[in-house]
Amino acid sequence: MPEPGPTIEQVFREESGKIMASLIRLSGSFDWAEEALQDAFISALSSWPERGMPANPTAWIMTAARNRLVDFARRDRTRANKESALTYDIELRSQGNNAPEDDAMHLPDDRLRLIFTCCHPALNQEAQVALTLRTLGGLTTPEIARAFLVPEPTMAQRLVRAKRKIEQARIPYETPPPEQLPERLASVMSVIYLIFNEGYSATTGSALIRRELCQEAIRLARMLSQLVPDEPEITGLLALMLLQDSRRDTRVDDGGNLVILEEQNRSRWDRAEIDEGTRLVEAALRRHRVGPNQLQAAIAAVHANAASSAQTDWKEIAALYAELAAISPSAVVALNHAVAYALAEGLDVGLARIDALGASDLANRGKLLDYHLYHAARADILRRLGRNIEAAAAYREALRLAANEVERAYLTRRLEEVSSALR
Amino acid sequence: MRYMLLIYTNENAEQTPEQRQQIIEGHGRAMEDATLRGFLRGAEPLFPTSSATTLRALNGKTILTDGPFAETKEQLAGYYLLECESLDDAIAIARQIPTACGGGDGCVEIRPIRPFSAPAGLTGVSRAGHA
Repeated sequence: MPEPGPTIEQVFREESGKIMASLIRLSGSFDWAEEALQDAFISALSSWPERGMPANPTAWIMTAARNRLVDFARRDRTRANKESALTYDIELRSQGNNAPEDDAMHLPDDRLRLIFTCCHPALNQEAQVALTLRTLGGLTTPEIARAFLVPEPTMAQRLVRAKRKIEQARIPYETPPPEQLPERLASVMSVIYLIFNEGYSATTGSALIRRELCQEAIRLARMLSQLVPDEPEITGLLALMLLQDSRRDTRVDDGGNLVILEEQNRSRWDRAEIDEGTRLVEAALRRHRVGPNQLQAAIAAVHANAASSAQTDWKEIAALYAELAAISPSAVVALNHAVAYALAEGLDVGLARIDALGASDLANRGKLLDYHLYHAARADILRRLGRNIEAAAAYREALRLAANEVERAYLTRRLEEVSSALR
Repeated sequence: MRYMLLIYTNENAEQTPEQRQQIIEGHGRAMEDATLRGFLRGAEPLFPTSSATTLRALNGKTILTDGPFAETKEQLAGYYLLECESLDDAIAIARQIPTACGGGDGCVEIRPIRPFSAPAGLTGVSRAGHA
């Protein structure tokens, strides 16, 4: 008989969010739902190897977990009303349906409600992220703790506090009304992108768990885009993450050094992700409701589809950044725009723009000059211009401000390069 | 579910008569909406903290002090008591309170009220009297 282990694991990974969402709706309790789901998987582990894999594993788990919920409700006398509601609900679902396993297949999709609850702005963002990964992503508490480099008890405490707040303050378990939807969706999207970014840009911790976070974020965005199909910004977010993820294997070399876009081995980019991301962003842009995610995805698509770094369409990228700066202005977007402008229109004019940004930041007491990438961008343009003395000074300033080890290694290498050119 | 909306403002902030009028009108609209939705159970402003008296136990004795329990930048200025389905309902009302949307110092804190089972024989208002 084949080992059922990996398959149970697959069911858990793919389906636990959906099952969890239904269990929370049925019980009104995150804790009961979690416990019931866990018990159901434990009984699957002992039952499936003996009796064989059920025809519909998801439905089997759902049924087992639901039975556990009824047990909990019966045991918990203080929740007498809840019990009858629960029993009623379950009986209602089973009516006219002799095969209980089929019934789970027709459950309404509760995941959308659940993600809005987990990402409710009344919870702090750290809690939103942890709760989303725990309930919809099916990650265990130790896994989430490892991913965010916090001690396990801290993460467990964070989850307990969030669940307690949902219960005590009664954060609703429902999709927000239309007038609240844009704001609430923005909160959900920023949680998903935060999860992705943690996996993508973190350079410490295990590579495996980081990979998992990226995949989880993509999975969540895919789910959200299916559940809310008419929002092009969600499609834009999914496209953006796919396009960034396509480069994951080439961003760091075997020695753990950062490889910049220009020097990455493009033949190792994930073509399937690039194609899907490109198709999605094109479809989103055709709806003519442009937003920051779509524009960033479009920029990533231009990079991803350039046959070589030299063939990058910088004019297109500069135009997209200009549009992005118009709808969501920020110092960082302005910096990226100036860099693209330098590569499209000439290094000298681009450098002048970057310097102008620095000067206006100084006048406005902004934070751009404290941002290592400002100095790194300036240094790279100066290096290309052959102005090595100034480039070295800018790399030094960037190094002074950079905290990330991988980025520091890159800056150090560049600094040595321009310094040796001076000798 | 009942919620207490605690309004904190800087009671020393200067206000023009127009600003004061706007705040009064803002509360009028918030209370009207809370009433129409059937949420409003109470809403009252407080006198400034200079009128406060604070009691605390010290070595088994009750000590009275003139003034608030702590000097803070923002002071409790009033409250709304709501009864509604969920936090989102309470937020919808809190958003309309001038402190939360009209600019200026201060904030509105929403606190769910913990269900309290009175000892047998004590109900409603009388319970507070015996507490």
